[in-house]
Amino acid sequence: MQAFLDIFDIYLLEAVINGILLGGVLALLALGLNLIFGVIDVTWICYAELVMIGMYAMYFLVQYYGVSYFIAAPLTILLVAILGALLHYLVIAPLLTAPPINQLLATGGVLFVLQSFATVAFGIDFRNLGIRLPVLAFGDMNFSYARLLSFLAALVGMVAVYLFMTRTFTGTAIRAISQDRQIMALMGVDTKRIYLITSALGGALAGLAACLLVLQYDVHPFVGLSFGPITFLICVLGGLGNFIGGFIAAFVFAEIISLGGLFSDLEWGYVLAFAFFIVMMFIRPAGLLARRR
Amino acid sequence: MTGRHMAWGIGLAALAALPFVYRDPYHLHILVLILIWSFAYTSWSMMGRFGLVSLGHGGFMGIGAYVTALLWNHLGLSPWIGIPISMIAAGALALIVGYPCFRFRITGHYFVLVTLALSGIVLQVITATRDYTGGSLGYTPNRASGNKLLALQFDDKTTWYLIALAVWLGGIVVWHLIDRSMSRHALEAISEDEDAAAAAGVDVTAEKLKITLISAVMTALAGAVYCQYQMFITPDTVSGIAVSLQMVFAAIVGGLFVSLGPTVGAVITILLAETLRIGFGTKAVGWDNLVYGVLLVLFIIFLPKGILGSLLDRLKPQRKVPRAHEQKAVQIARPGT
Repeated sequence: MQAFLDIFDIYLLEAVINGILLGGVLALLALGLNLIFGVIDVTWICYAELVMIGMYAMYFLVQYYGVSYFIAAPLTILLVAILGALLHYLVIAPLLTAPPINQLLATGGVLFVLQSFATVAFGIDFRNLGIRLPVLAFGDMNFSYARLLSFLAALVGMVAVYLFMTRTFTGTAIRAISQDRQIMALMGVDTKRIYLITSALGGALAGLAACLLVLQYDVHPFVGLSFGPITFLICVLGGLGNFIGGFIAAFVFAEIISLGGLFSDLEWGYVLAFAFFIVMMFIRPAGLLARRR
Repeated sequence: MTGRHMAWGIGLAALAALPFVYRDPYHLHILVLILIWSFAYTSWSMMGRFGLVSLGHGGFMGIGAYVTALLWNHLGLSPWIGIPISMIAAGALALIVGYPCFRFRITGHYFVLVTLALSGIVLQVITATRDYTGGSLGYTPNRASGNKLLALQFDDKTTWYLIALAVWLGGIVVWHLIDRSMSRHALEAISEDEDAAAAAGVDVTAEKLKITLISAVMTALAGAVYCQYQMFITPDTVSGIAVSLQMVFAAIVGGLFVSLGPTVGAVITILLAETLRIGFGTKAVGWDNLVYGVLLVLFIIFLPKGILGSLLDRLKPQRKVPRAHEQKAVQIARPGT
């Protein structure tokens, strides 16, 4: 035991566990994005901005209207789910037959809109919930309750989505569409409705992530840029549309960021993660779990 | 064709003569900004018009600006040497990232997201090495004590206007050279169908790498010129995803497929931002991007060829060779032909 501790000192272990906790939320974000990509074949570049709007919603509900956190959370999830459906209805639906690049760029435009809307409406101040959860001390290691709670909630969210996808008719239809887009319409499935439901579900996952992230981070209009790119990298690394690949990639990335941050600044953790990503594109261009054709 | 050449000649002469006739420093400043950004947007559109949508150009621009400034401040290397070095650096990075992308057929969404990672890396590296680059607070090249020309620092707007005009013109010339070359046909074939192009004997990887290299090197030059002109750069104004998206936006609004499209895009976006800034002052923070975003979405849905592109199509529909999907529509309309 002593030898074990000599090699893995306590800070390393703490960083590893914090990485796992961070990975939970990242996996949740990646799941939402993968769902949208897998079913509708569209990448929402503005996904992290939906999370940002959700974080603002939480902030205003809790701080201004004095709603309790546990009532505000479902309201926020509902709001972001509606936003997701609206995004699909207004922007993606007219572009469904356009080249994929145009769809991606249109959501890039939505990114601008949401970011600057937040700047105009809420200003560029950093805001936080004012809820400071205690720190859990375990041996010599410290973990924040916020991270632990987020990790658990993210797991619950993912299990719920998994059950929905496997146990309900709509979920089965969604999985079927992600396998073959053309045939499902012939099988009598209303693809438009399924797309809307999927978009709302993706939005709801963004809303859940917002409720969890708002516990750990301050809200400002550009907060999306701090975890948006990493979410895309996770999805690509896991293989776009591959749920399990995204899940694993989220934890790999979280560990790299957490351990990289241990040895140097947090930014270097990100640099390391980005560099790792580009190296992985050489080795496994179609994602971690890609089947060799 | 001579008429077209005449028009270009007269237009250029008028542009070159402008600062000697009209000397309002604010308006010249706006024009210089428009020219520098037009050059950057034109560089982006060289790739973008062939379906190679890159969100990594913010990274190339950041490299151009920061490498030049860092070499000047820390090593005292003149920008005359620093700018080529920064362009080589950006080109090398473009090759390192581009080669696996093209070799392993990373296209569409994947390509966009990989290049997104690239601009993320550059932004984070600039922020992380804050001891040298000043981090997110920005960076200022030292004022030259001796020879202004050697340091490429000029105080008057007229000189900068002429430099920016020359650089912009260079960009347009390169655009036209590529437009006339075989590469353009090869790249158009690739953007329609990679496998078919490869089967027809097009070296897909080499052609894509060539255009990526040209585009990245030119973008780095734009960053370096911007840095020398403004004498102040921050990671957010010259690199990162926001800058990349801004390039995409301007190029699409102006028109991707015509040489002056990105320039028109730059004129529209910069004038819009300035008008809002002057009209509303600090209250306008964010409004310009809000308008950009809405316009970008509307343009992609209703006018994907951009303002200038659609205008030219409207003016002379017979000159334009229809692209593959348009030809298909024609065939469906007239069966049997």
